[in-house]
Amino acid sequence: MELILALAIGVLGGSGVWLLMRPRTFQLIIGLSLLSYAVNLFIFSMGRFPVGAPPVLAPGTSGDPAVFADPLPQALVLTAIVIGFATTALFLVVMLAARGLTGGDHVDGKGRGS
Amino acid sequence: MPDALYLSAAIGLPYLGALVAALLPANARNLEAWLAGGVALLSLVMVWVGYAEVAAGGVPRFEVPWAPELGLNLVLRMDGLASVFAAMVTGIGFLVVLYARYYMSPEDPIPRFFAFLLAFMGSMMGLVLSGNLIQMVFFWELTSLFSFLLIGYWQHSSAARDGARMALTVTASGGLALFAGVLLLGHIAGSYDLDQVLAAGDIIRDHPLYLPTLILILLGALTKSAQFPFHFWLPHAMAAPTPVSAYLHSATLVKAGIFLMARLWPVMAGTDAWFWILATSGMITLLVGAYVAIFQHDLKGLLAYSTISHLGLITLLLSLNSPLAMVAAIFHTMNHATFKASLFMATGIIDHETGTRDIRRLSGLNTSMPFTARLAMVAAAAMAGVPLLNGFISKEMFFTEALTASTSPTLMHSLLPLGATIAGVFAVTYSLRFIHGAFFGPEARDLPRTPHEPPQWMRLPVEVLVFGCMIVGVLPAATIGPFLDVAVRSVLGDATPEYSLAVWHGVNLPLVMSLIALAGGVVLYLLLQRHLTAGVDGTPLLRGLDGRRIFDRVMVFLSWRLARTLERLLGTSGLQMQLRLMVCVAFAAAILALLPYELEPGSVTMTGVDPVVAVMWLVGSACAIGAAYQAKYHRLAALILLGGAGLITCMTFIWFSAPDLALTQLLVEVVTTVLLLLGLRWLPKRIEQAGASTIPARLRRYRDLAIAILAGAGLTALSYATMTRVSPEGIARHFLERAYTEGGGTNVVNVILVDFRGFDTLGEIVVVGIVALTVFALLRRFRPAPESIGVPDQQHGKGQDWLQIPAVIMRLMFPVIGVVALYLLLRGHDLPGGGFAAGLMASIAILLQYMAGGTRWVEDHLRVHPLRWMGTGLLLAAGTGVGAIVVGKPFLTSYFAYADLGWLGKLPVASALLFDLGVFGLVFGATVLILIAIAHQSVRSQRAAPTPPPSAAKGGYD
Repeated sequence: MELILALAIGVLGGSGVWLLMRPRTFQLIIGLSLLSYAVNLFIFSMGRFPVGAPPVLAPGTSGDPAVFADPLPQALVLTAIVIGFATTALFLVVMLAARGLTGGDHVDGKGRGS
Repeated sequence: MPDALYLSAAIGLPYLGALVAALLPANARNLEAWLAGGVALLSLVMVWVGYAEVAAGGVPRFEVPWAPELGLNLVLRMDGLASVFAAMVTGIGFLVVLYARYYMSPEDPIPRFFAFLLAFMGSMMGLVLSGNLIQMVFFWELTSLFSFLLIGYWQHSSAARDGARMALTVTASGGLALFAGVLLLGHIAGSYDLDQVLAAGDIIRDHPLYLPTLILILLGALTKSAQFPFHFWLPHAMAAPTPVSAYLHSATLVKAGIFLMARLWPVMAGTDAWFWILATSGMITLLVGAYVAIFQHDLKGLLAYSTISHLGLITLLLSLNSPLAMVAAIFHTMNHATFKASLFMATGIIDHETGTRDIRRLSGLNTSMPFTARLAMVAAAAMAGVPLLNGFISKEMFFTEALTASTSPTLMHSLLPLGATIAGVFAVTYSLRFIHGAFFGPEARDLPRTPHEPPQWMRLPVEVLVFGCMIVGVLPAATIGPFLDVAVRSVLGDATPEYSLAVWHGVNLPLVMSLIALAGGVVLYLLLQRHLTAGVDGTPLLRGLDGRRIFDRVMVFLSWRLARTLERLLGTSGLQMQLRLMVCVAFAAAILALLPYELEPGSVTMTGVDPVVAVMWLVGSACAIGAAYQAKYHRLAALILLGGAGLITCMTFIWFSAPDLALTQLLVEVVTTVLLLLGLRWLPKRIEQAGASTIPARLRRYRDLAIAILAGAGLTALSYATMTRVSPEGIARHFLERAYTEGGGTNVVNVILVDFRGFDTLGEIVVVGIVALTVFALLRRFRPAPESIGVPDQQHGKGQDWLQIPAVIMRLMFPVIGVVALYLLLRGHDLPGGGFAAGLMASIAILLQYMAGGTRWVEDHLRVHPLRWMGTGLLLAAGTGVGAIVVGKPFLTSYFAYADLGWLGKLPVASALLFDLGVFGLVFGATVLILIAIAHQSVRSQRAAPTPPPSAAKGGYD
């Protein structure tokens, strides 16, 4: 199981890195999103992969870390997802603005629309 | 008066005065002068109070702990040397203020002048009174900075700006070298405290690091005191107002280097290296400065070069490693300050009253301004070393020392008397030129102004200083003697030699040298008459040696050519290459960090493979690779595949007990996809052509593919190695145990977000808000590009009959989604949900309306004020935190209780809920703001296209 998830992180990250080095803005945006999946999963893996562990406490009790899912990586990843969303939106707008200003979609603003 | 009080007042008063002076109105010339004069005088009184204790043999000291664990304290300390320098700084400072009151024109921005002058005075006081080396360097740099501001005071003149910049570049670079040297010195001595450093002389001189330390420290001193080869900045600093020159170049700025050398003399001097560096530099400066001074046509230029020459003389004296030379050096420093300040002021008076400083135009001022002429003549005579004036006595001491030193075997030593005499000849010549050129000869007719005597108060400072020159020259032992003695004793201690301050020592060799210098100077002046009256610019023999040109060339090389070459060689403006390098560097850094630990799988036994997860990630990997493959030519397909990978990630979160993550990821996925879809139609059309790529392009792609595979493999290896190791006991226990008992919620993730780590969340929502505002601002300014896709057939005409059935459903969903959002928000503390998810959910409700009805329809029927939502949300979240302070708890401490709502169940009423409500408001507002900003682009007119718009570039989404 660990191997599958490690491979998944690698494939997501590798695809993201590949797109990161492409010349078109849209490729970059997709690449960053893929990369953020990989990184989120990697951070999440710090809590390991408990199947069926209760994530929510029973009222009036305190949890035992051996039984419950590790909440800390989850909290970190949750904020990372939201921030990732915000930056994707920002990047999308920069992409549109660059397209409007340069007439193309090259990451360096080179070339025309083709 | 306690030590602490007057010591800190001596430094603090000028700075305080500077602040007040800066705030006074622009036309308050008299008030400014009163203030600055009062401050200077009061500081002088403080120095006098301290001097009383210093003269009695004490060393007043005031220490404030700063970083005691590093051995660093703020130390103010006044010994003899410091008190004499401090008295010069404040005393001459007072006279300069008085003079400046009449010199500065009403049009000049006076508050700035006096504020800088006082701040500079404070920095000088800080420098001389520092008892800690690092603190001393700090004030040293402050003097560089404020002298820069003072020299460049007339900002409108390019000469002032260039001169100021040059002075700052040279002296501040020297200051950096000094800082490095002082760090070394402190390292050798084991302390930065001046007293301890001064006690460690033998250790310092025998240390292997002595030479680098010496060179670095002397670099600082020589640049500051304008010694060869760093002398060239001083003449260009003459673009400053004359009171500034009189202050900076007589008693203060350039004497800082001398002060430093005298200060460290007991520990650094006494070696061959000290002698050779300083004697060479000092000798060249002494001779070249005096020689060049003769050929200056500008009175201030003449004084500038003479200052350089006199500083060279003092440096030479300090280099001789003899206590008697030390006495002469300190004595000449004091004398030079008095006669040079008065000469600068006299020059300023001439400039002020005649409108020029050019010796070729000036002539015969003796008749129109007789008093000023007499004063300048006496001061110039002191500069030339005429008997019965103070300059004579210190020059005699210099000659004596030169003769004494010449008994040493080296060539340098035996040349000293000759060099000293020649420099004496030159000094007489340029002093004669100053007097004769300006005051004698026929009366000049074509001066810009009719010359007359200055106001009496403007002349007073000159009178005081010239009186000082005369009285010290006649009665040295009775006037300056005690002060000199205190200063010398503080440096030399028990090694203080016997010396006599007398005018007449009988007929001896130094006297003969003086007479030769006087006679030779007169003869040289007569011989040069023809050349000087011809008015040729430049210095004979040294015409090619222009310090400024060399400096400019070096600066152009460093800041322009070298920088550009390096940028061309090492930089790239292409984003692709930058990202490529970043990935490679990150990879290499990770490998390097892992090398010592041998990256191998851990010992934890793997859990069994679940076929469902395997299939899930088979699909997920296919999606990711497909997205990467299709992103160039098939954007929609790539977007859908990206969504696929996102959904698999989302399912992974569910599978492994993270419902909160899955929920948030799902919602983000929806919103992101819609936003990207909205953006797609502005991107240019790209048609795949088979076999179009060239070989280099293909090679580049193979290289990138290799990098990507390596990066992916690295990530896999890293994750695998991590996952197969036992998870260390983290802080999870802390949160799990306290989530309910102290946070009042069963959903630990949410409790962490809104309670334990609430401050982080507050920061995060601020970031989200900033991003939304940036998006909004960017899109306000930019016009969209022409659209690449024409309007679909269904949207043509007035029928608008597209998406009718889905639109009905979407509208009906609006209240449902709203309720779900509210539900998610309220239950967040105990069950998966919370402000983030609820905010995204609510924004999806709005999103659907835009999709169903179009921008115009939605905004006719529904008004969302995203900015208000964001503002309210942020205020609510921050207000919850402040509320905790109000009731006396730390920021963001939460309070909780459960409200029983009968059959509806129990509602957790925690202050964290309010905070979560704030998060909700902000996330909702920000998302909707981004959405609206992008949606509005379609309503707008398009940017005037840089390319001819495609045939069907009309219409829009609505």
